[in-house]
Amino acid sequence: MGITQILFWFLTVLALASAIVVVTAKSPVYSILALIVTFFSISGHYILMNAQFLAIVNIIVYAGAIMVLFLFVVMLMNLNAASEPSKNRILQFIGLISGGCLFLVILAAFMRSDLANSMVQMNEGNAGLIKNLGKALFNDYVIPFEISSVLFLSAMIGAVLIGKKE
Amino acid sequence: MEIKWYIGLALALFCIGIVGVLTRRNAIIIFMCVELMLNAVNLLLVAFSKMHAATDAGRAMPSMVSDAQIFVFFIMVVAAAEVSVGLAIIVMLYRNTHSTDINFLNRLKN
Repeated sequence: MGITQILFWFLTVLALASAIVVVTAKSPVYSILALIVTFFSISGHYILMNAQFLAIVNIIVYAGAIMVLFLFVVMLMNLNAASEPSKNRILQFIGLISGGCLFLVILAAFMRSDLANSMVQMNEGNAGLIKNLGKALFNDYVIPFEISSVLFLSAMIGAVLIGKKE
Repeated sequence: MEIKWYIGLALALFCIGIVGVLTRRNAIIIFMCVELMLNAVNLLLVAFSKMHAATDAGRAMPSMVSDAQIFVFFIMVVAAAEVSVGLAIIVMLYRNTHSTDINFLNRLKN
């Protein structure tokens, strides 16, 4: 069992454990912190697969910007002692069962395919480096890149319009 | 590593997100579970791109691998725009009802 496998299993256990904390934590602040841990472990998986650009973007955009925005909103609302009033045990149980059924069905379907044992390239391959992705992004994908800036502008205007006091 | 472990991990994260959306009533936590599901899909896309990088077709055409990772990059771009609008809606909901419980949203039907 090499160092790559040990790191893979460590990051997997970390991601799954903190994802469960996200769903089960009482306070929204704890679930935000657990979600940040999940995003960092997913970035670790990207680094293991040598997709370094995506690892950095994941940390900057998700853990850096989006989660700070979430934390800011929760702190602003003072939701720390928020209680969930209508705890319907039956609905929670039904949700758990249906999620577990979806997991089992899709997992069984994928495990029976003949692709399930093909190897993933770890620690090598330079397609995910910033140089190659930047060339592809600004040569082949420059139109979608510019269109996404228009998307950001419209999202910004929408957020300001919705959040404005009338 | 074989692709099946990545499929299992991404699927487990996705289903934890689904269970969170179905069982929690707080709008912010539901929103975070949607982000978790988006990240699970991103992880699976990168794993499949690296699986194709190890095949003969992937070695012959490396742009196939970088196309998948640019697709993940655009998913992240759209998710960032979505979060800003979604949090503005949640702040608006809190300002009107002084709670983020989604059960209050049933008054939208009147």
